[in-house]
Amino acid sequence: MATSEAVHGLLRVATCGSVDDGKSTLIGRLLHDTRQIADDQLDHVRDVSARRGTELDLALLTDGLRAEREQGITIDVAYRSFETARRRFILADCPGHEQYTRNMVTGASTADAAVLLIDARHGVVAQTRRHLAIAALLRVPHVLVAVNKMDLAGWEEARFREIAGDVRALAETLGLDDATCVPVSALAGDNIVAPSARMAWHEGPPLVTQLEDLPPESGDPHGPLRFPVQFVIRPAGGTGGGRRYAGRIARGTVRPGDELVVLPSGEPAVVAAVETLDGPLEAAAAPSSVSIVLDREVDVARGDVLCHAAGAPLAARELEATVCWMSDRHLRPGARLLLKHGTRTTRAIVADVRERLHLQTLLGAPAPDGLALNDLGRVLVRVADPLPADRYADSRAAGAFVLIDDATNDTVAAGMVTATTD
Amino acid sequence: MTVATAQPASAPALSDLDALEAEAVHILRELAAERERPVLLFSGGKDSIVLLRLAEKAFRPGPFPFPVMHVDTGHNFPEVLAFRDRRVAELGERLIVASVQASIDAGRVADVSGPRSSRNQLQTVTLLDAIAEHRFDACIGGARRDEERARAKERIFSLRDAFGGWDPRAQRPELWDIYNARVRPGENLRVFPISNWTELDVWRYVAREGLKLPSIYFAHERSVFERDGMLYADDAAVERLPGEQPFTASVRYRTVGDMTCTGAVRSTAATLEAVVAEIASTRVSERGETRADDRASDAAMEDRKRDGYF
Repeated sequence: MATSEAVHGLLRVATCGSVDDGKSTLIGRLLHDTRQIADDQLDHVRDVSARRGTELDLALLTDGLRAEREQGITIDVAYRSFETARRRFILADCPGHEQYTRNMVTGASTADAAVLLIDARHGVVAQTRRHLAIAALLRVPHVLVAVNKMDLAGWEEARFREIAGDVRALAETLGLDDATCVPVSALAGDNIVAPSARMAWHEGPPLVTQLEDLPPESGDPHGPLRFPVQFVIRPAGGTGGGRRYAGRIARGTVRPGDELVVLPSGEPAVVAAVETLDGPLEAAAAPSSVSIVLDREVDVARGDVLCHAAGAPLAARELEATVCWMSDRHLRPGARLLLKHGTRTTRAIVADVRERLHLQTLLGAPAPDGLALNDLGRVLVRVADPLPADRYADSRAAGAFVLIDDATNDTVAAGMVTATTD
Repeated sequence: MTVATAQPASAPALSDLDALEAEAVHILRELAAERERPVLLFSGGKDSIVLLRLAEKAFRPGPFPFPVMHVDTGHNFPEVLAFRDRRVAELGERLIVASVQASIDAGRVADVSGPRSSRNQLQTVTLLDAIAEHRFDACIGGARRDEERARAKERIFSLRDAFGGWDPRAQRPELWDIYNARVRPGENLRVFPISNWTELDVWRYVAREGLKLPSIYFAHERSVFERDGMLYADDAAVERLPGEQPFTASVRYRTVGDMTCTGAVRSTAATLEAVVAEIASTRVSERGETRADDRASDAAMEDRKRDGYF
């Protein structure tokens, strides 16, 4: 257990699969084998397992969820933390069955990596295709496929290779370039934290080692700056200099001396200082929260985006986007909603619902009825205030938005920009 | 080496605590920008002490865009109340104290008495009354997802209805770091900037930032008595049952709340480093195959109890 800060930083991982795939067991195993479980919890699991005459059943560690299911809470993403000597992890645990599209989109939106579960006896099934499709759509940087229940598949290399081949072919058609398969048994603990003696034929490291080795979360530090202004800090009593523009860097790196443009106004300015409470910085990159001081008085307010003058985006009035619809009420052309992108909330009209996407292939088809709950689709959105949005393919943080129904205040869609026009 | 060939400075990769801090600061700024009347709930405990630090990170050199509020049950540890007043004064921010005793005196709630009574439940009425009185539309709290299972599913921006209730089935999806802070009149947000932090993260952050804590977090000699495997303070606020004899022990508190529902653990960890080491090693000794030592099981017991109290 690291008492100093974990060497590889924080990794956010979405876990996707159903109870049938052994996901509860996998999560129980991750928590148990990385020693996050208190004695009393483990004693309870041991007692219950013994009473049922089974071996230690780690799925019982998330047993609270079974009671919750009766109250209807399980249809929701659960966030859990665990850590190893090398890394601190946050798991976004996405349920497999009900509401899977909405839940997995939510879990995947913040994920640096996704772990998808496959039952080795069944191989690639419809659910696997959906999970891979959503991971591809949300551009989760790394996808690990845990081929689970290898104990029930005779620990057979041939079976694993067959499934890994199917996954690779599927990943290729979806444009996922990083989908690695690991043969595991969550029940027996093989290839989770320690390599499996029973699957010595597998050359890659165990699942947790692979997660530990992934590069740290990155907000594209080499791209052009996108700094949505969140809050204007006005120092008290005239001390401490002028106004600071506070926010979280969505993309790129900012340094004193950088030439900026304020969007959508287009006014130029130069960075005088990049500050935090701990003092001025020589450079700060996404996803840091900092304050920026400019060299001149310019009109800057919340919702504006500070961008590098070279590589500034178009302030768009029309967005083409892929959306995941999350409301019981259908989305139909002409819908008037609020759109929140970065720190800007603006009025929006969904001018057209162009296609509904197949959940397994992402191929489009006409959408005469609009979009229903848990549908994916391609839409054209017109916005009242011009938005300096990137394509989601170029920047997850600068290309994402949500749609809000201002009658109910519900968040009704996750959106990913595919193209912008003036 | 000439200036012309020098590489521009690149920003170092964020550590895990840096990443958690950047997220929490973003949450605080987002709330302050989108809601007109937020308030930061401060108990004097380590989690809300971290919240105050994060508010400094988010808003200095400006003032906090919200006041700080403590719900005082009247049974709080005097060391913690003194710490609260000192800390808020140091920061130069505004403190509101909502008093359970005042709610009792005003007839809003009936006091409880007896050996197992606690004013813990009464706090809710005082809190909701204070929200109504000051017309707060958002309360910033220090709750963490690792505290209990239901919290693992609660949003960072969590909507409460006009009755202060949480409906787990009607939660808004929370996507990327784009938060929906909209409320209708009468509704209220609870916002949890350190949702994704663990107890150990909080302690490591306290150490890294050099934050001061109330003295009861460190080992000290105290007159206590034992009940249900927990050590309670020997104080007029906590009525003892027959057979519960006070004795003196070296203890520290792992959480800080009302005296009637907060237990101490036996400990000799008198410094921050010793406490962090003890918490880290407590977790190690909690693994299944080893027999827990007394100290570890004390702490684990307290963890169990805490689930029931919050």
